[in-house]
Amino acid sequence: MSIAKTIAEIQAGLRSRQFTAAELAREAIADAERQNPATNAFLTFSPERALAVAERVDAQIAAGTELGPLAGIPVAVKDVIVTKGLKTTCGSRMLENYIPPYDATAIERLESAGGMILGKVKCDEFAMGSSNENSAFGVVRNPVDLERVPGGSSGGSAAAVAQGSVPVSLGSDTGGSVRQPASFCGIVGVTPTYGRVSRYGLVAFASSLDHIGPFANNVSDAAALLQVIAGQDRMDATSAPVAVPDYLAALRNTDVRGMKIGVPVEYMKQATGDTADRIHESIAALRTLGCDVRDISLPNTEYAIATYYIVCTAEASANLARYDGVRYTARSANASTLHDMYANTRGEFFGPEVKRRIMLGTYVLSHGYYDAYYKKAQQVRAMITRDFTQAFSEVDAIVAPVSPFPAFKIGEKVDDPVAMYLSDIYTITGSLAGIPCMSVPCGNTSEGLPVGLQILCGHFQEERMFRLARAFEQQRGF
Amino acid sequence: MLTEKDVRYVANLANLTLSADEMTRMAHDLAGILGQMDVLSKVDTSGIAPMSQVLFEDADETASLRADVEREPLGSDLAVANATITSGGYYKVPRVIEK
Repeated sequence: MSIAKTIAEIQAGLRSRQFTAAELAREAIADAERQNPATNAFLTFSPERALAVAERVDAQIAAGTELGPLAGIPVAVKDVIVTKGLKTTCGSRMLENYIPPYDATAIERLESAGGMILGKVKCDEFAMGSSNENSAFGVVRNPVDLERVPGGSSGGSAAAVAQGSVPVSLGSDTGGSVRQPASFCGIVGVTPTYGRVSRYGLVAFASSLDHIGPFANNVSDAAALLQVIAGQDRMDATSAPVAVPDYLAALRNTDVRGMKIGVPVEYMKQATGDTADRIHESIAALRTLGCDVRDISLPNTEYAIATYYIVCTAEASANLARYDGVRYTARSANASTLHDMYANTRGEFFGPEVKRRIMLGTYVLSHGYYDAYYKKAQQVRAMITRDFTQAFSEVDAIVAPVSPFPAFKIGEKVDDPVAMYLSDIYTITGSLAGIPCMSVPCGNTSEGLPVGLQILCGHFQEERMFRLARAFEQQRGF
Repeated sequence: MLTEKDVRYVANLANLTLSADEMTRMAHDLAGILGQMDVLSKVDTSGIAPMSQVLFEDADETASLRADVEREPLGSDLAVANATITSGGYYKVPRVIEK
């Protein structure tokens, strides 16, 4: 039995009794274990948890009762989303032994819908990184080319789907951490509208920017997973009181004739090489589908990187203050005073990139710099958001590259934080505005490396975004 | 230009012990990153309200508030379960007040 690549194929197999959910869970874990020496995607396997859900699903099938939308679907979960009783490390030695006492809301909903969590997958430490090289537990390798990074920070979530161990996975996106790895690994990745999915149980990095988002082999499965985890949650006051539409119903109509699509001139003038070629071909394909494609301007794009790295590090420095050696598993053995215990614990157990961001965030929030950096960045964030509001008064959707380049070699950028930060240029603007964005495969470079097309829409316009992505996917034959 | 003295000051604010090598590296890295961030100084932001959160104009401002009803707490055993040193349901830390 090979692990089917789509939800529909798996559920057809379950319903026709070709295999049971328990058999599938065991086979999918065995597959992931076989591939782990090569790709290093999984950190922790959770067979008992997966089999407990599988047995429930198999009993439902035997009894002929109605199945949940994710019944019998193997899922991998990024190790920054807490799972009750199942180690959640955030890729950090600080939480190496942390066993959460509760489930994230997204996890509860996923398992209630019949999803079988096979295990936790690796990521950059506290989701800070664009390559997955900042994990305390080893680099994840891109299943497309093992010499290259899978992207980050949700590298393990993307690799687990791309290597075929699971049809869908959960990641998190603060500035591109779902879209960029999806594009590097040749799969679909979705960052929903801020507030669409509860952040309860997503370990906080930058609270005004953090999102949970799905990965899948196709648009429909990503939409199906979002459907399950979306919706207001009383445990997250920033989760939006906005009804969740039926995304799969919306996908039955993929007529996008007349849809107005904007292409930001500020993005395209920076795009080069094979990536630019694939995006131009994608734009041509959208025209073939009958879309009305035009140039638009997002004039404050050049300020996005600085804005993002001020806002996210400021929030991170506050959020990560809780790791002080008192409550969370790690404590320095070399301290006799309370202050030394705080400082030495943090010095010993945080990795270099986390320390860099805590320092940067503390600096921009410190006396004398707050107005020049943090307040200024919040103002420019408002201007970047206004750019999108203006653009969406003229167009229905925006298309753009996801990353300036395809998956790079492991080690290529790891020593240059500025170069690494600049690689996020196309994804952070949407994150700052809190709008829904996604990456959908749009072909390969001449070296065979996947390229992703990014689609961005207005707040809570996921239906439209999915419809355009599905039409594009069908047109391109993916 | 960021000096190592500045780095030491910020590290102290952040409750973060850095080795001598880390201090040197941090001064170099932060200077490079802050150099990139100075681009914001040329943006005219007069009259722009700072955006601290993604807000949705259509939403009723009380819509995200939940009903104020009791629910089961975590319990002190579970709450302290991940700490390295506990005693009788409490966290233990180095002595703060001398006898």
